[in-house]
Amino acid sequence: MTATPASSESPLRLADHPFVWGMDPEFVARLSSIAFERSFESGALLVREGDPAEEFWLLFSGKVAMEIVLPGRPRTTIQTLGSGDIVGWSWLIEPFVSRFDARAVKPTRALGLRASRLRSLMDADPARGYHLLRRLLPVIAERLENTQLQLLDLHGR
Amino acid sequence: MSGSAEGMPNPWLPVPYSVQERRSETPDTVTLVLAPGAGPAPLRFGPGQFNMLYLFGIGEVPISICGDPADSQHYVHTIRSAGRISDALCRVAPGATVGVRGPYGTGWPIREAVGHDVVIVAGGLGLPPLRPALLEILRHRDRYGRVEVIYGARSPKDLVYYDQIQAWRSRPDLRFQTTVDTAGHDWHGDVGVVTTRLPDARFEPKDTVAFLCGPEIMMKLTAQALVQRGVDRDAIWVSLERNMKCAIGLCGHCQFGADFVCRNGPVVRYRAVERAFSTREL
Repeated sequence: MTATPASSESPLRLADHPFVWGMDPEFVARLSSIAFERSFESGALLVREGDPAEEFWLLFSGKVAMEIVLPGRPRTTIQTLGSGDIVGWSWLIEPFVSRFDARAVKPTRALGLRASRLRSLMDADPARGYHLLRRLLPVIAERLENTQLQLLDLHGR
Repeated sequence: MSGSAEGMPNPWLPVPYSVQERRSETPDTVTLVLAPGAGPAPLRFGPGQFNMLYLFGIGEVPISICGDPADSQHYVHTIRSAGRISDALCRVAPGATVGVRGPYGTGWPIREAVGHDVVIVAGGLGLPPLRPALLEILRHRDRYGRVEVIYGARSPKDLVYYDQIQAWRSRPDLRFQTTVDTAGHDWHGDVGVVTTRLPDARFEPKDTVAFLCGPEIMMKLTAQALVQRGVDRDAIWVSLERNMKCAIGLCGHCQFGADFVCRNGPVVRYRAVERAFSTREL
C-alpha cells in the first residue's frame, strides 16, 4: 500500500465528515481519538480483498474505486466513491475480512478508524454504537440498491 | 393521397430521405444524418420530438430526433440495434433511402426552463433525445442558470457522442458528469448508476427544471431523488417510450394510462405519470 501518514495540508477533522454530522459530539470526540489520517497516491490500495478488515475509512477528497478481481479476467470497477463517502463495513461483519479491493484512482485523503477499537467503543456504549449502526445501514442499503440497479442494466437500454 | 384537405402533408405517407452520413457510435449504435431528396426541407422540430423512420419492405419505428434544432436541412437520428427494423436501419449505407414521417410528439419545455437552473439526466440511449435540448440551451447559454448533465451508460464503450462529450466537458459553463455501470482499470471516470452522481450536482432545487430520459426505472428513481432534494414535481420532465405505430394518436398501440404517448408525449411532466410509474403491468 502506497500511503503516507499525513499530508502537509491542514489536518483532517472527523467532525467535518458528513457521516458523523448530527452525531453526539462526545461520541464523535471518542471516535476522533481512534482516528488517523492517511493520504493515498493514485493506484494505492486502501483495502485489499481477503485481508483482515482493520480500518473503517472516511473519504475527504479524491476518488476510490471498488474493484472485483476474478480469475482470468481484468479487474473490474463496480463503483467509485469520493469526498463524503465511506469505505468498508467488513470490519463490522465476522470474520472481519475485506470483500473487495478499494483503490485510490486519484490522490485521496482519508481518515481511518481502527476497527478493533471502534468495535470496542460500540460494545462499551451500545446506545451510541446503535446510532452509528443506524448511520451505516442506509449507506449499505443504498449501495445494495445501486448494485441491484446495475444488475437491471439500468443504462443498457 | 398526396395531402390532406388542409394542405398539410399526408401523415400516413413517408417522405423519402437520403442517408447522407452514417457514424458508428458504439458497436451496436449508429447515427444517421438524413437529407431530403428532391422534396422540401425538413419540417422544423422541437427538442424531444421524434420521427417515424421507414425502411421500405421492412418496417417503421419511432426514433427521437437528436440533431441540432437550428439545422434546417437535416434530420439526425441515433439508433441502437434492438430489433429487426432498428437493426436494418443501423446497417443502411450512405446513399440509401429512408422514409420519414414526422416530426411528432411533445418536446422538452426549453422556454419554461429559461431563467432557471437546468438538470439533464440521461441513461443509456436517453442522451440522443436530450441532445437537441442541450444544444439549444448552450446556444442561448446566458438565458439559463447552472446547467448540470449526468449521463450514465452500461460501460465506457457504450457512451455515445464520445467526442462531443469531451468538448462539452471542457466548457466552463456546463458540468457534464459521465458514469458507467462497470469499467476496467483504464477508465478514470465514475462508476455507478446516475443517481449516485446527483449529490455532486450543483443546482438550486427550488429554481430548477429537470429533463430526464432513459429507462423508466431510471427516470423514476432520479425523479424521486430530485423531489427529495426539493425540486418541484411539476418542474421535472420525463420522456416516455412505448410501442408507437401510427404516431398520430389513432391506433392506440402506445397507450399509457389514459394517454397516448405519441400524441400526449413522449415528453410529459413527472407529476402526470408519477403514479403510473408505480403501477404494475402498465
